[in-house]
Amino acid sequence: MAQTKRIVIVGCGRLGGALANQLSAEGHDVIVIDRKPQSFDKLNNDFSGYKILGDAVEFHVLKEAGVEGADCLFATTTSDNTNLMLAQVAKVIFEIPQVVARVFDPARESLYREFGIETISPVQLSAKAFIQASQ
Amino acid sequence: MRVILIGGSNTVYFLARQFTRRHYHVTIINRDAGDCRDLATQTSATIVHGDGTDMSRLEEAGARMADIVLALTSSDPDNLIACQIAARKFGVPRTIAKVNDPDNEAVFQRLGVSVAFSSTRVIGSIIDQETDFEEVHELMPIAHGKLHVSDVHLNHESPSVGKYVRDLNLNEGTLIAAIIRNDVVTVPNGATRLQSGDHLVVITQPQTETHDLKILCG
Repeated sequence: MAQTKRIVIVGCGRLGGALANQLSAEGHDVIVIDRKPQSFDKLNNDFSGYKILGDAVEFHVLKEAGVEGADCLFATTTSDNTNLMLAQVAKVIFEIPQVVARVFDPARESLYREFGIETISPVQLSAKAFIQASQ
Repeated sequence: MRVILIGGSNTVYFLARQFTRRHYHVTIINRDAGDCRDLATQTSATIVHGDGTDMSRLEEAGARMADIVLALTSSDPDNLIACQIAARKFGVPRTIAKVNDPDNEAVFQRLGVSVAFSSTRVIGSIIDQETDFEEVHELMPIAHGKLHVSDVHLNHESPSVGKYVRDLNLNEGTLIAAIIRNDVVTVPNGATRLQSGDHLVVITQPQTETHDLKILCG
């Protein structure tokens, strides 16, 4: 990626942590938000972004983390509803152009996709991979 | 009226009782099996055990026919998603969400919830008012707090007692909408004289509220 982007990642679990490490290594400005301090242990030593401790569903946490003006927000917490709420707050209130939410429940995923929220479904992706492997 | 209540253990019990007394059809969706068992014995509501943000539970609870969905769980995201699914997927006309973070009141309303309320804010404002004026009880904020409707009690020490409404010099944004005197409601005009024991229903704006309430009750 040629251009440096400001990318917000909410939830520093296995997925969020891996994304943060990789995007930071590629030279992007990364802001990671998580409720638990030990979640940041997953970040590499050379991670050069910001780590924000707090609950992102509290509006002031997002605001103080400096998400205004970000290019992307990835909602990767373990809760579907939290991710769907964050994606909408990012899109509608902070007007972040690219927003993606991870959603485990396929029914909820397709419904919110209809509402115009970009979603990634680990269940659908794995199912697709397994089916491809069987063919 | 068909009402669906989601989450909210104790509050839900009292709401369900109040609503069934008014002959509303009440359905409760609750995640906790123990709460469901208790609610089933204590109320005449229909109980659905499960996640109120799950489409199949909402459908089972009759969301397609519901007039109102009230989401009262302790999680702001769950309350938002429950209301959005109810409104967009099942066409429920009115959705009400409890929010824990007062900032989320405005956020939820932008995201399509009909009414979002924060108990933190309600309790906070009651305490603020009780300490400001003992004789004034705010009944409700309107238009996101740009107008307040208050119940003002006059006693023999109130400086406005014995005066005509036209002589009070209230700000233009303040209106005495009604006077309740000996259980009779009247709409006052400039020639109405205030008496000790009057209950006034007063509409005020935040910027002039303190000044005008002082004129009325000191």
